[in-house]
Amino acid sequence: MNDIFFIAIAALGLLILFAALRLAIGPTAPDRVVALDTINTLIVGAMILLAVYLKQTIFVDVAIVYALLSFLGTIAISKYIGGEL
Amino acid sequence: MIETAAMICLGIGILFNTLGVIGILRFPDVYTRLHAETKMTTFGTIFLALGVILYAGGMLAGTGDNQYLTIAIHTAIALIALAFTNATGSHAIARAAHRSGQLPDPSVVDRLAEVKSND
Amino acid sequence: MIRFLATTIATFVAYLFLTAGSGTIILWSESELIIGLILAIIVGIASYRIFCRTGSLRMANPIRLILLPVYAIIPLFIEMARANIDVAIRVITGNVKPGIVRVNTGMKTDLGMLLLANSITLTPGTLSVDVDDTTRELYVHLINVPDELREKNVVEARELFSFFNIPGWIRRIAE
Repeated sequence: MNDIFFIAIAALGLLILFAALRLAIGPTAPDRVVALDTINTLIVGAMILLAVYLKQTIFVDVAIVYALLSFLGTIAISKYIGGEL
Repeated sequence: MIETAAMICLGIGILFNTLGVIGILRFPDVYTRLHAETKMTTFGTIFLALGVILYAGGMLAGTGDNQYLTIAIHTAIALIALAFTNATGSHAIARAAHRSGQLPDPSVVDRLAEVKSND
Repeated sequence: MIRFLATTIATFVAYLFLTAGSGTIILWSESELIIGLILAIIVGIASYRIFCRTGSLRMANPIRLILLPVYAIIPLFIEMARANIDVAIRVITGNVKPGIVRVNTGMKTDLGMLLLANSITLTPGTLSVDVDDTTRELYVHLINVPDELREKNVVEARELFSFFNIPGWIRRIAE
Protein backbone atom coordinates (compact mmCIF):
# COMPACT_ATOMS: atom_id res chain seq x y z
CA MET A 1 0.00 0.00 0.00
CA ASN A 2 2.87 2.37 0.76
CA ASP A 3 4.17 2.01 -2.82
CA ILE A 4 0.81 3.17 -4.16
CA PHE A 5 0.97 6.34 -2.06
CA PHE A 6 4.48 6.95 -3.38
CA ILE A 7 3.31 6.53 -7.00
CA ALA A 8 0.39 8.93 -6.40
CA ILE A 9 2.72 11.56 -4.89
CA ALA A 10 5.11 11.23 -7.84
CA ALA A 11 2.20 11.63 -10.30
CA LEU A 12 1.07 14.79 -8.48
CA GLY A 13 4.61 16.17 -8.71
CA LEU A 14 4.64 15.56 -12.45
CA LEU A 15 1.26 17.32 -12.79
CA ILE A 16 2.63 20.31 -10.86
CA LEU A 17 5.44 20.54 -13.43
CA PHE A 18 2.92 20.57 -16.31
CA ALA A 19 0.82 23.23 -14.59
CA ALA A 20 3.98 25.29 -14.15
CA LEU A 21 4.29 25.19 -17.96
CA ARG A 22 1.04 27.19 -18.18
CA LEU A 23 2.40 29.48 -15.46
CA ALA A 24 5.42 30.19 -17.66
CA ILE A 25 3.75 30.57 -21.09
CA GLY A 26 0.32 31.94 -20.09
CA PRO A 27 -0.25 34.96 -22.30
CA THR A 28 -2.09 37.15 -19.76
CA ALA A 29 -1.97 37.69 -16.00
CA PRO A 30 -5.31 35.89 -15.19
CA ASP A 31 -3.99 32.79 -16.96
CA ARG A 32 -1.00 32.76 -14.65
CA VAL A 33 -3.26 33.12 -11.59
CA VAL A 34 -5.31 30.13 -12.75
CA ALA A 35 -2.14 28.05 -13.07
CA LEU A 36 -0.98 29.18 -9.61
CA ASP A 37 -4.34 28.19 -8.10
CA THR A 38 -4.07 24.74 -9.70
CA ILE A 39 -0.58 24.27 -8.27
CA ASN A 40 -1.83 25.25 -4.79
CA THR A 41 -4.65 22.68 -4.93
CA LEU A 42 -2.30 19.95 -6.11
CA ILE A 43 0.19 20.77 -3.35
CA VAL A 44 -2.56 20.45 -0.71
CA GLY A 45 -3.46 17.02 -2.13
CA ALA A 46 0.20 15.96 -2.15
CA MET A 47 0.66 17.09 1.47
CA ILE A 48 -2.33 15.00 2.62
CA LEU A 49 -0.86 11.96 0.87
CA LEU A 50 2.62 12.66 2.31
CA ALA A 51 1.14 12.69 5.83
CA VAL A 52 0.00 9.10 5.38
CA TYR A 53 3.15 8.01 3.52
CA LEU A 54 5.54 9.37 6.17
CA LYS A 55 3.10 8.79 9.11
CA GLN A 56 3.48 12.40 10.26
CA THR A 57 0.16 13.90 11.42
CA ILE A 58 1.54 17.44 11.39
CA PHE A 59 1.55 17.49 7.55
CA VAL A 60 -2.26 17.62 7.42
CA ASP A 61 -2.31 20.66 9.72
CA VAL A 62 0.20 22.33 7.41
CA ALA A 63 -2.09 21.46 4.49
CA ILE A 64 -5.10 23.17 6.16
CA VAL A 65 -3.12 26.35 6.81
CA TYR A 66 -1.65 26.24 3.30
CA ALA A 67 -5.12 25.97 1.73
CA LEU A 68 -6.41 28.99 3.68
CA LEU A 69 -3.30 31.13 3.04
CA SER A 70 -3.18 30.31 -0.68
CA PHE A 71 -6.83 31.40 -0.88
CA LEU A 72 -5.85 34.77 0.63
CA GLY A 73 -3.01 35.06 -1.91
CA THR A 74 -5.37 34.31 -4.82
CA ILE A 75 -7.88 36.91 -3.59
CA ALA A 76 -5.16 39.56 -3.19
CA ILE A 77 -3.72 39.00 -6.68
CA SER A 78 -7.23 38.99 -8.21
CA LYS A 79 -8.12 42.30 -6.55
CA TYR A 80 -4.88 43.77 -7.85
CA ILE A 81 -5.55 42.58 -11.43
CA GLY A 82 -9.16 43.79 -11.28
CA GLY A 83 -8.00 47.26 -10.22
CA GLU A 84 -9.78 47.29 -6.83
CA LEU A 85 -6.66 47.50 -4.65
CA MET B 1 -10.97 -5.00 1.01
CA ILE B 2 -10.89 -1.47 2.43
CA GLU B 3 -7.41 -1.00 0.97
CA THR B 4 -8.76 -1.82 -2.49
CA ALA B 5 -11.49 0.81 -2.09
CA ALA B 6 -8.89 3.38 -1.00
CA MET B 7 -6.74 2.43 -4.01
CA ILE B 8 -9.66 2.93 -6.42
CA CYS B 9 -10.37 6.37 -4.87
CA LEU B 10 -6.72 7.36 -5.31
CA GLY B 11 -6.82 6.22 -8.94
CA ILE B 12 -9.96 8.27 -9.69
CA GLY B 13 -8.43 11.30 -7.98
CA ILE B 14 -5.22 11.15 -9.99
CA LEU B 15 -7.23 10.63 -13.23
CA PHE B 16 -9.38 13.75 -12.67
CA ASN B 17 -6.36 15.83 -11.61
CA THR B 18 -4.57 14.79 -14.81
CA LEU B 19 -7.59 15.75 -16.94
CA GLY B 20 -7.76 19.10 -15.16
CA VAL B 21 -4.12 19.91 -15.93
CA ILE B 22 -4.59 18.81 -19.57
CA GLY B 23 -7.63 21.11 -19.71
CA ILE B 24 -5.57 24.05 -18.48
CA LEU B 25 -3.01 23.45 -21.21
CA ARG B 26 -5.59 22.86 -23.95
CA PHE B 27 -8.54 25.24 -23.60
CA PRO B 28 -8.55 28.50 -25.60
CA ASP B 29 -9.28 31.30 -23.09
CA VAL B 30 -9.09 32.07 -19.40
CA TYR B 31 -12.75 31.33 -18.55
CA THR B 32 -12.77 27.84 -20.04
CA ARG B 33 -9.44 27.18 -18.30
CA LEU B 34 -11.08 28.19 -15.03
CA HIS B 35 -13.81 25.61 -15.71
CA ALA B 36 -11.20 22.88 -16.01
CA GLU B 37 -9.22 24.11 -13.01
CA THR B 38 -12.04 24.58 -10.49
CA LYS B 39 -14.17 21.54 -11.18
CA MET B 40 -11.63 18.91 -12.07
CA THR B 41 -8.93 19.59 -9.48
CA THR B 42 -11.46 20.08 -6.67
CA PHE B 43 -13.20 16.82 -7.57
CA GLY B 44 -9.87 15.00 -7.92
CA THR B 45 -8.61 16.25 -4.56
CA ILE B 46 -11.91 15.26 -2.91
CA PHE B 47 -11.33 11.70 -4.13
CA LEU B 48 -7.67 11.73 -2.99
CA ALA B 49 -8.81 12.81 0.48
CA LEU B 50 -11.58 10.17 0.49
CA GLY B 51 -8.94 7.54 -0.26
CA VAL B 52 -6.82 8.78 2.64
CA ILE B 53 -9.84 8.81 5.00
CA LEU B 54 -10.77 5.24 3.99
CA TYR B 55 -7.18 4.03 4.47
CA ALA B 56 -6.88 5.77 7.85
CA GLY B 57 -10.24 4.33 8.93
CA GLY B 58 -9.08 0.84 7.97
CA MET B 59 -5.82 1.26 9.88
CA LEU B 60 -7.72 2.64 12.90
CA ALA B 61 -9.96 -0.43 12.97
CA GLY B 62 -6.93 -2.69 12.49
CA THR B 63 -4.41 -1.23 14.94
CA GLY B 64 -6.44 1.05 17.25
CA ASP B 65 -3.80 3.79 16.99
CA ASN B 66 -5.21 7.25 17.84
CA GLN B 67 -2.90 8.88 15.27
CA TYR B 68 -5.06 7.58 12.40
CA LEU B 69 -8.21 9.13 13.92
CA THR B 70 -6.42 12.49 13.96
CA ILE B 71 -5.35 12.08 10.32
CA ALA B 72 -8.90 11.23 9.21
CA ILE B 73 -10.57 14.16 11.02
CA HIS B 74 -7.97 16.69 9.91
CA THR B 75 -8.19 15.49 6.31
CA ALA B 76 -11.97 16.03 6.40
CA ILE B 77 -11.42 19.59 7.71
CA ALA B 78 -8.84 20.29 4.98
CA LEU B 79 -11.35 18.98 2.42
CA ILE B 80 -14.10 21.37 3.58
CA ALA B 81 -11.68 24.32 3.60
CA LEU B 82 -10.44 23.43 0.11
CA ALA B 83 -13.91 23.03 -1.45
CA PHE B 84 -15.14 26.40 -0.13
CA THR B 85 -11.98 28.40 -0.88
CA ASN B 86 -11.48 26.97 -4.38
CA ALA B 87 -14.95 27.97 -5.57
CA THR B 88 -14.71 31.46 -4.05
CA GLY B 89 -11.20 31.99 -5.39
CA SER B 90 -12.21 31.06 -8.94
CA HIS B 91 -15.13 33.49 -8.69
CA ALA B 92 -12.62 36.22 -7.73
CA ILE B 93 -10.33 35.37 -10.65
CA ALA B 94 -13.20 35.40 -13.17
CA ARG B 95 -14.46 38.77 -11.90
CA ALA B 96 -10.94 40.24 -12.04
CA ALA B 97 -10.39 38.92 -15.57
CA HIS B 98 -13.64 40.52 -16.78
CA ARG B 99 -12.85 43.80 -15.02
CA SER B 100 -9.37 43.94 -16.54
CA GLY B 101 -11.02 43.98 -19.97
CA GLN B 102 -10.43 40.39 -21.08
CA LEU B 103 -13.59 39.19 -22.84
CA PRO B 104 -14.39 35.52 -23.49
CA ASP B 105 -12.68 34.95 -26.80
CA PRO B 106 -14.76 32.36 -28.61
CA SER B 107 -18.20 33.31 -27.26
CA VAL B 108 -21.76 33.09 -28.54
CA VAL B 109 -23.38 35.50 -26.05
CA ASP B 110 -22.06 37.95 -23.45
CA ARG B 111 -24.76 39.68 -21.36
CA LEU B 112 -22.29 41.17 -18.86
CA ALA B 113 -20.41 43.16 -21.51
CA GLU B 114 -23.77 44.39 -22.89
CA VAL B 115 -24.80 45.62 -19.43
CA LYS B 116 -21.44 47.30 -18.86
CA SER B 117 -21.50 49.11 -22.21
CA ASN B 118 -24.99 50.48 -21.43
CA ASP B 119 -23.82 52.16 -18.19
CA MET C 1 -24.43 39.16 23.91
CA ILE C 2 -26.17 36.49 21.83
CA ARG C 3 -23.85 37.21 18.90
CA PHE C 4 -20.82 36.75 21.19
CA LEU C 5 -22.15 33.42 22.49
CA ALA C 6 -22.80 32.09 18.99
CA THR C 7 -19.26 33.00 17.87
CA THR C 8 -17.71 31.43 20.98
CA ILE C 9 -19.61 28.17 20.59
CA ALA C 10 -18.74 27.89 16.90
CA THR C 11 -15.04 28.52 17.65
CA PHE C 12 -15.03 26.00 20.51
CA VAL C 13 -16.59 23.30 18.31
CA ALA C 14 -13.96 23.93 15.62
CA TYR C 15 -11.21 23.65 18.27
CA LEU C 16 -12.68 20.38 19.55
CA PHE C 17 -12.67 18.92 16.03
CA LEU C 18 -9.02 19.88 15.55
CA THR C 19 -7.84 18.32 18.83
CA ALA C 20 -9.97 15.13 18.88
CA GLY C 21 -8.16 12.06 20.16
CA SER C 22 -5.77 13.80 22.58
CA GLY C 23 -6.90 12.37 25.94
CA THR C 24 -9.27 10.36 28.07
CA ILE C 25 -12.35 12.58 28.83
CA ILE C 26 -14.41 11.08 25.98
CA LEU C 27 -11.73 12.00 23.38
CA TRP C 28 -10.08 15.14 24.79
CA SER C 29 -7.59 15.81 27.56
CA GLU C 30 -8.28 18.25 30.41
CA SER C 31 -5.72 20.88 29.41
CA GLU C 32 -6.96 20.96 25.81
CA LEU C 33 -10.53 21.64 26.99
CA ILE C 34 -9.48 24.51 29.30
CA ILE C 35 -7.15 26.17 26.78
CA GLY C 36 -9.75 25.74 24.03
CA LEU C 37 -12.40 27.47 26.12
CA ILE C 38 -10.09 30.42 26.96
CA LEU C 39 -9.07 30.81 23.30
CA ALA C 40 -12.70 30.57 22.14
CA ILE C 41 -13.73 33.39 24.51
CA ILE C 42 -10.87 35.60 23.27
CA VAL C 43 -11.75 34.95 19.62
CA GLY C 44 -15.45 35.54 20.40
CA ILE C 45 -14.74 38.95 21.91
CA ALA C 46 -12.49 39.92 19.00
CA SER C 47 -14.63 38.84 16.06
CA TYR C 48 -18.35 38.66 16.91
CA ARG C 49 -19.04 41.80 14.87
CA ILE C 50 -17.75 40.07 11.72
CA PHE C 51 -19.10 36.56 12.33
CA CYS C 52 -22.72 37.54 13.17
CA ARG C 53 -23.38 40.77 11.35
CA THR C 54 -27.15 41.04 11.72
CA GLY C 55 -27.90 39.25 14.99
CA SER C 56 -30.48 36.98 13.34
CA LEU C 57 -30.14 33.40 14.56
CA ARG C 58 -31.59 31.69 11.49
CA MET C 59 -28.56 29.43 11.06
CA ALA C 60 -28.63 28.22 14.70
CA ASN C 61 -31.71 26.14 13.87
CA PRO C 62 -30.54 22.49 14.12
CA ILE C 63 -32.64 21.36 11.15
CA ARG C 64 -30.73 23.75 8.87
CA LEU C 65 -27.39 22.60 10.31
CA ILE C 66 -28.30 18.95 9.60
CA LEU C 67 -29.64 19.72 6.11
CA LEU C 68 -26.39 21.44 5.07
CA PRO C 69 -24.17 18.28 5.12
CA VAL C 70 -27.01 16.21 3.64
CA TYR C 71 -27.23 18.73 0.78
CA ALA C 72 -23.46 18.65 0.31
CA ILE C 73 -23.26 14.85 0.21
CA ILE C 74 -26.25 13.82 -1.94
CA PRO C 75 -27.51 16.41 -4.51
CA LEU C 76 -24.37 18.53 -4.79
CA PHE C 77 -22.07 15.52 -5.14
CA ILE C 78 -24.18 13.85 -7.85
CA GLU C 79 -24.40 17.11 -9.83
CA MET C 80 -20.62 17.52 -9.41
CA ALA C 81 -19.93 14.04 -10.77
CA ARG C 82 -22.14 14.71 -13.82
CA ALA C 83 -20.47 18.07 -14.47
CA ASN C 84 -17.00 16.60 -14.14
CA ILE C 85 -17.68 13.82 -16.64
CA ASP C 86 -19.15 16.43 -19.01
CA VAL C 87 -16.09 18.70 -18.73
CA ALA C 88 -13.77 15.69 -19.03
CA ILE C 89 -15.35 14.79 -22.37
CA ARG C 90 -14.94 18.40 -23.51
CA VAL C 91 -11.27 18.38 -22.46
CA ILE C 92 -10.65 15.35 -24.67
CA THR C 93 -12.70 16.43 -27.70
CA GLY C 94 -12.10 20.21 -27.44
CA ASN C 95 -15.73 20.99 -28.33
CA VAL C 96 -16.77 24.23 -26.54
CA LYS C 97 -19.38 26.98 -27.16
CA PRO C 98 -18.77 29.42 -24.27
CA GLY C 99 -20.84 32.47 -23.34
CA ILE C 100 -22.02 34.60 -20.40
CA VAL C 101 -25.72 34.63 -19.47
CA ARG C 102 -27.68 36.57 -16.85
CA VAL C 103 -29.34 34.50 -14.12
CA ASN C 104 -32.19 35.56 -11.83
CA THR C 105 -31.62 33.86 -8.45
CA GLY C 106 -34.54 34.93 -6.26
CA MET C 107 -32.42 34.66 -3.08
CA LYS C 108 -33.11 37.11 -0.25
CA THR C 109 -30.02 36.76 1.98
CA ASP C 110 -26.27 37.08 1.45
CA LEU C 111 -25.60 33.55 2.72
CA GLY C 112 -28.04 32.16 0.15
CA MET C 113 -26.22 34.07 -2.61
CA LEU C 114 -22.86 32.70 -1.40
CA LEU C 115 -24.10 29.09 -1.34
CA LEU C 116 -25.77 29.40 -4.73
CA ALA C 117 -22.72 31.04 -6.36
CA ASN C 118 -20.41 28.35 -4.97
CA SER C 119 -22.78 25.57 -6.04
CA ILE C 120 -23.00 27.06 -9.54
CA THR C 121 -19.21 27.24 -9.75
CA LEU C 122 -18.77 23.63 -8.64
CA THR C 123 -21.57 22.06 -10.69
CA PRO C 124 -22.89 21.96 -14.20
CA GLY C 125 -20.39 23.46 -16.64
CA THR C 126 -21.01 26.92 -15.21
CA LEU C 127 -18.93 29.55 -13.42
CA SER C 128 -20.15 32.67 -11.59
CA VAL C 129 -18.37 35.74 -12.99
CA ASP C 130 -20.06 38.76 -11.40
CA VAL C 131 -22.94 39.63 -9.10
CA ASP C 132 -25.41 42.52 -9.08
CA ASP C 133 -25.93 43.39 -5.41
CA THR C 134 -29.12 45.43 -5.78
CA THR C 135 -31.19 43.07 -7.97
CA ARG C 136 -29.40 39.87 -6.77
CA GLU C 137 -28.67 38.68 -10.29
CA LEU C 138 -25.67 36.54 -11.16
CA TYR C 139 -23.67 36.63 -14.38
CA VAL C 140 -22.74 33.05 -15.18
CA HIS C 141 -20.21 31.75 -17.71
CA LEU C 142 -21.37 28.54 -19.40
CA ILE C 143 -18.92 26.25 -21.16
CA ASN C 144 -21.62 25.16 -23.60
CA VAL C 145 -24.62 27.50 -24.15
CA PRO C 146 -27.71 25.58 -25.34
CA ASP C 147 -29.73 27.24 -28.10
CA GLU C 148 -32.82 27.89 -25.99
CA LEU C 149 -30.81 29.79 -23.34
CA ARG C 150 -29.05 31.94 -25.94
CA GLU C 151 -32.17 33.86 -26.95
CA LYS C 152 -33.41 34.71 -23.45
CA ASN C 153 -32.45 37.92 -21.68
CA VAL C 154 -32.76 36.57 -18.11
CA VAL C 155 -32.50 32.87 -17.23
CA GLU C 156 -34.04 31.28 -14.12
CA ALA C 157 -31.52 29.56 -11.80
CA ARG C 158 -33.48 26.27 -11.92
CA GLU C 159 -32.82 25.84 -15.66
CA LEU C 160 -29.04 25.49 -15.15
CA PHE C 161 -29.26 22.23 -13.19
CA SER C 162 -30.42 18.88 -14.52
CA PHE C 163 -31.32 16.34 -11.80
CA PHE C 164 -32.10 18.21 -8.58
CA ASN C 165 -33.80 21.49 -7.68
CA ILE C 166 -30.61 23.04 -6.18
CA PRO C 167 -32.04 26.58 -5.64
CA GLY C 168 -34.95 25.04 -3.73
CA TRP C 169 -32.56 23.15 -1.45
CA ILE C 170 -30.55 26.31 -0.79
CA ARG C 171 -33.70 28.29 -0.04
CA ARG C 172 -34.69 25.65 2.49
CA ILE C 173 -31.25 25.77 4.16
CA ALA C 174 -30.42 29.46 4.17
CA GLU C 175 -33.69 31.40 4.17
